[in-house]
Amino acid sequence: MKEAKITIENLTVRYSDGVEPLRNISLTVQRKAITVFFGPAGGGKSTLLRVLNRLNDLTDVASVEGRVLIDDQDILDPKTDVISLRRRVGMVFARPVVLPFSIRGNLTYGLELAGERNRDTLEAAVKRSLKQAALWDEVKDRLDEPAVALSGGQQQRLCLARVLALEPEVILLDEPTSGLDPISTGKVEDSLQELKKKYTIILVPHSVQQAARTADHAAFFLQGELVEHAGGKKIFNTPRDQRTDDYVRGRFG
Amino acid sequence: MALSLRERLITGLIKASGYSAIVFVLLIFYFLLQEGTPALSQVPLGTLFSGRWYPIEDYFGLLPLISGSLVVTIGAGLVAFPLGLGTAIYIAEIAPRWMREILKPLVELLAGLPSVMLGFLGIIVFSPFLRSWLDIPTGLSALTASLLLGFISLPTIVSVAEDALDAVPKAYRDAALAIGATEWQTIWRVTVPAARTGILTAMMLGLGRAIGETMTVMMVAGNAPVLPRGLDIFLSPVRTMTATIAAEMGEVANGSTHYHVLFFVGIVLFLISLSVNVTASIIIFRQGKRAERMLS
Amino acid sequence: MKASPASRSRYIWQKVVFSGLTVITLLTVIPIILVVAYILVQGLPAISWEFLTAMPRDGMRDGGIWPALIGTLYLTIGTAIFAVPLGIGAAIYLSEYAPDNRWTRLIRLAIINLAGIPSVVYGLFGLGLFVLFLNFGTSILAGSLTLAIMTLPVIISTAEEALRSVPQAFRVVSISVGGTRWQTIRRIVLPEALPGILTGIILGLERAAGETAPILFTVAAFFLPSLPNSPLDATMALPYHLFVISTQVPHMPVQIQYGTALVLVVFVLVMNLSAATIRSRARARRQW
Repeated sequence: MKEAKITIENLTVRYSDGVEPLRNISLTVQRKAITVFFGPAGGGKSTLLRVLNRLNDLTDVASVEGRVLIDDQDILDPKTDVISLRRRVGMVFARPVVLPFSIRGNLTYGLELAGERNRDTLEAAVKRSLKQAALWDEVKDRLDEPAVALSGGQQQRLCLARVLALEPEVILLDEPTSGLDPISTGKVEDSLQELKKKYTIILVPHSVQQAARTADHAAFFLQGELVEHAGGKKIFNTPRDQRTDDYVRGRFG
Repeated sequence: MALSLRERLITGLIKASGYSAIVFVLLIFYFLLQEGTPALSQVPLGTLFSGRWYPIEDYFGLLPLISGSLVVTIGAGLVAFPLGLGTAIYIAEIAPRWMREILKPLVELLAGLPSVMLGFLGIIVFSPFLRSWLDIPTGLSALTASLLLGFISLPTIVSVAEDALDAVPKAYRDAALAIGATEWQTIWRVTVPAARTGILTAMMLGLGRAIGETMTVMMVAGNAPVLPRGLDIFLSPVRTMTATIAAEMGEVANGSTHYHVLFFVGIVLFLISLSVNVTASIIIFRQGKRAERMLS
Repeated sequence: MKASPASRSRYIWQKVVFSGLTVITLLTVIPIILVVAYILVQGLPAISWEFLTAMPRDGMRDGGIWPALIGTLYLTIGTAIFAVPLGIGAAIYLSEYAPDNRWTRLIRLAIINLAGIPSVVYGLFGLGLFVLFLNFGTSILAGSLTLAIMTLPVIISTAEEALRSVPQAFRVVSISVGGTRWQTIRRIVLPEALPGILTGIILGLERAAGETAPILFTVAAFFLPSLPNSPLDATMALPYHLFVISTQVPHMPVQIQYGTALVLVVFVLVMNLSAATIRSRARARRQW
């Protein structure tokens, strides 16, 4: 049994207008595996991801209650070093957003922010992360070209590489393939299967099918509530809750 | 949050820059008050608002100056509103793309021309031309000033109004056209009314520009602080508040009554522009709030 | 399908109105072209190397406009030194840091007010604060400070618009890889907004260089026998020079007046052209 990397205890998030996108969530996320947060829109999955790297600090949040432990340290503690947290917990967004730099520049950006100046270290990180994201062969001859010239699928893998360049511990992916064609989607999913050997991965899929394909563990969210969670593919074949069953079978969503 | 000392310093400087605008407005108001309010004690209030401005003999009546400014501003408005709105509508709604790329830089060019240069042309070309063409006694009059001022205010009105028209959602236009309206009907009955707040703001800002203009009026409006007796004021020379300050400040002794009165005129100008701008902002803010409520 | 009589008349009316609006626009735009062309034509004969670089002689009826040119250059540089950092700083604050509260609204109101204050009132203010109270005297320093405060609103509003136009997604990505707010601004937002900011600075400085009223009592001198040596010296300036020679000097050759006006016009044309070029180049090279 792998140990827990992330432990969420009684997490409740409230916006300043009273809306509660997450209510009393308690969950553990296993190390070096792919955990899937799935469910219909408005379930709170994206909000939960953004709690994990404290990106929700940028939004209109009134209060966050509960504890979120990463390696036994509560990241909701005000004394947390949010900057280094965000390097340890990387995020890939739904729409690929490449920065207005070259491909190389996109990859070295995070490291340069952290103060890394050594050319060799940076170059090594570029190569390593591109290989991990299965993009190296396609772009190795044009690293100095603007990243915006890449195709949609390539851009998204570049965003993944950007996160990997920082050697995080956790990778959060919020519907990373929603805008991509099936081939690119397949490439991303294959990369994730490789990456889970080294990193803790949390994925919000864009379809139940993707959830079923990729999940080592799965958690079903509905309207801010964690309905149920289980290991393996059990939740898709034999869910405990009727609502989960309804959603998995496509009766709503 | 482990923000470095350097970052905290920079953030502080940025914040200070932001607040500096407030500091400057207060400073300006303060110094105007400091040098202008002595006028209130040195010149009885009745005289201050009387109809005779003749500083050499200690007549400090502001009314002719205020009326001069009003006359010239109204005249400028009569010129600038139709021209400005018409041009804005043309540029925003009718002109093809390539023409917009020519028209907009031209209007921007007008905005950049120094007012002293337009005043110079006014003296040397425009006012003799008007004098002979209209057969009037002098070319240096409120009329000349209004025409030039209207022109100077055009870029303000055109750009703000054009922005407002551009901001009208395409959906409105599409809906009107879909039910069979002609393009002009759409523009006049849908787009322009939808942009009316922005257009109103454009007019107010244009008026504000006209009232505050100094050099052009100083050079072509003539030089007579008189009260209007009828509509023929347009053909006679007038004096605006701005021109008075510019023309007489160089000759007054520091601390004299004349000096303080000129600052007082400055206060009047400041308050006028303050009220125009505050009103315009309130209109914008209220429109913004109403738009938010409609969309939510 | 043939149009009904009612709709045909609507289309006729539309044609009439559109023609009318075309005429109105021409009425607006043709004079601009005429003004510029006229000054270029009338002023060109006066332009020579001597005119541009010599000192004025014979009560400015002869010689050149060099001190006025230099004076305007100094004033523009001085204005830039004060207005550019302050203006960009304020714009960054409004775009990246300012919360949505009463204080921010007050700042915006202050900026709108600064934009609306008549230029001659700025002159009074400059006289009261810089020339008299701070005892800088009629000087380039006093004039630059006055012009700088006057130019601030233009720079702040164009710079803020340029900063806001940078996609929010960039900022989110930068934060998500561990960037601080200032790092994000310095490395992404500011560089991407730079063309727009530069355009605003150019247009603002252009306006400052052409203003007469604010420098009337704060810096401008009718005639100086020598060039200014320090920021505390008074100086001649181009717009003031034009004003003086067209209204105060008897028997002034028309040629020289037109020549001075031409220098101003060319200056405006060059500035506007630079701004437009920066804008269109930036749009072409934009990576978003």
